[in-house]
Amino acid sequence: MNPFRRSPFVLVATVLVYTFLYAPIIGLVLYSFNASRANVTFEGFIPAFSERVVMDGSLVKSSPCGPFHWYCDLAKNDDVAEAAGNTLTIAVVATIVATVIGTMAAIALQRYDFKLKPFSQLSLYIPIVIPEIVMGIGVLTLFSQLFGWVNESFNLSGDARLSLGMATVTISHIAFMVPFVTLVVQARLQGFDKSFEEAAMDLGANEWTTFRRVTFPMILPGVMSGALLAFTLSLDDFVITFFTNGPGSTTLPIYVYGLLRRIITPQVNALSTVWILVVFTAVLLLQLIQNREQKQHS
Amino acid sequence: MASEFAVEMRDVVKRFITPEGNEMAAVDHVTMQIKNGEFFSMLGSSGCGKTTSLRMIAGFEWPTEGEVYIEGNAMGHTPPFQRKVNTVFQSYALFQHMTVYQNLAFGLEMEGAKEDEIKKRVGRALEMVQLTGMDRRRPRQLSGGQQQRVALARALVKTPDVLLLDEPLGALDLKLRKEMQLELKALQQQLGITFIYVTHDQEEALTMSDRIAVMSKGQVQQMGTPVEIYERPSNKFVADFIGESNFLEGKIKSLSKKEASVFIPGLNVEVTGMPISEGMVKGEEVVVSIRPEKIRIADKDTKSNNMFRAKVTNTVYIGADTHVYVDVHHTKLKVLEQNRISRLDPKSFYVVGQDVWLMLMPENTLVLKKD
Repeated sequence: MNPFRRSPFVLVATVLVYTFLYAPIIGLVLYSFNASRANVTFEGFIPAFSERVVMDGSLVKSSPCGPFHWYCDLAKNDDVAEAAGNTLTIAVVATIVATVIGTMAAIALQRYDFKLKPFSQLSLYIPIVIPEIVMGIGVLTLFSQLFGWVNESFNLSGDARLSLGMATVTISHIAFMVPFVTLVVQARLQGFDKSFEEAAMDLGANEWTTFRRVTFPMILPGVMSGALLAFTLSLDDFVITFFTNGPGSTTLPIYVYGLLRRIITPQVNALSTVWILVVFTAVLLLQLIQNREQKQHS
Repeated sequence: MASEFAVEMRDVVKRFITPEGNEMAAVDHVTMQIKNGEFFSMLGSSGCGKTTSLRMIAGFEWPTEGEVYIEGNAMGHTPPFQRKVNTVFQSYALFQHMTVYQNLAFGLEMEGAKEDEIKKRVGRALEMVQLTGMDRRRPRQLSGGQQQRVALARALVKTPDVLLLDEPLGALDLKLRKEMQLELKALQQQLGITFIYVTHDQEEALTMSDRIAVMSKGQVQQMGTPVEIYERPSNKFVADFIGESNFLEGKIKSLSKKEASVFIPGLNVEVTGMPISEGMVKGEEVVVSIRPEKIRIADKDTKSNNMFRAKVTNTVYIGADTHVYVDVHHTKLKVLEQNRISRLDPKSFYVVGQDVWLMLMPENTLVLKKD
């Protein structure tokens, strides 16, 4: 028996870790049902006995949605829908592009020796280690300089003028996601036996077919985890998005930040709860798929 | 067929740059001609260049110098997928994400074969390696021996002119390995295709091969039939690597065309009528090689030539044979005695300290050049 197993220290540490990890989330979800508009103290659930929403001071006395009042409120909010749409569009596009580039980079770094290889490897870590705000300011400077120069040189005016928006956010996201994908895929490639590829070529497959039929299916789990990591990073990115977004490209984190600056209602909590549920379901599904695949393989 | 030789390596050199930045020749001026339908083995310890040679034939590596020919055609930088050779890998390299059937079908799909033809050929290949009914399994669900057979079938289903095998039995246990050796040999004879087999196991090479190339340090030390390699090793390395041998220093006292009289200081005796190789001169310092099983032990002097008195220093009973270690004038020799009759009573055999007579037949000894 492991002597640490029964130690009170383990119990205390466990409770502390779980408290710090999950108490904020539980609180957040609980407050999304709050009757108080102020969102500072929990004033109980909202009862449902009226067709109308009855408000008394800062308290919501009754609502047709009952405790789900703030969720109904959220559903009526077109800005949220737009921000959610933007966030997903950016995340999906950026994930696909970053996964393709990142995977190719990982394979190249694994397979070939070239003069600048140590430099390339090191340069992968730079976007990860430098503060996000530095990168944010960097891309903003780049875009504004570049756009200014292009707009001026080509005499663009009106809608034709290049400006910050969905495209700039997506490009910036791709830029910071690529290193993450590359590192995750590289880890997967580390144990890759090149005799699988040799066997495919030996059996008559050219380089492309070998990649498509043998290499890619074998590294797919690594590519998937890289893509998932990139996707979640994009979903909740605030700093870089803050610097590179423009009119019409507000994402959820930016929108929530905007709400907080004006008035904090439990609508924010409702939004966050939905968000958590979506991410949680996605991760759960992915885990299930991976488990089933592993069972098939063994 | 275009050429008498299935595969030919002409003066092939392969140099690698070591991680320390030095240049190293993994294969150093190797020339081999492998005939059609031959079971040819490359035998040597790790790092001798046998696997690199095989990889150059397969097309995974390109020679730094020299040329590889397959069916008489210079291969140059032809990629593996355009060579009519197939490989059985040491690690099997079975595609884990495919079933056994898909593994075998892969190579045929690459040829653009039709589906019903693929089905027929895969079925026949599985039958050949006795894996009928396993086609829906995944490689991981098979035993090591079965995986080995799938790897073999996957290469053979392509009906290559030449099959390259890179230590294919290395991962199997001894008994299965011996079974597979005989099976592989039978399969090769039945199919009539050329096998090029890489191994570090001399017994394996001797069991299966028509011809063997013994390699060391990137060079071919000797090429010949198993009998030639064992009975007439061309140098001390081969004599030492293949089987066991007692090596004794000697000096040529006199010589005729094919025989020599050699004085062996260790035994304090001059042995006459020893077979020699070309280019030896009188007075040359040589090494005399005597296989342990080629020395006879007798209880008493039969008064023939080349008999020596010896003392038994140790005996090791290993079932089929007994190794008898003897001492002749402080020179230690190993003698192998077959246990032709069961000897339950240890006293009925040679005991430590016993005086015996050794009989050396000159035709069973070899005179080799000193390294």
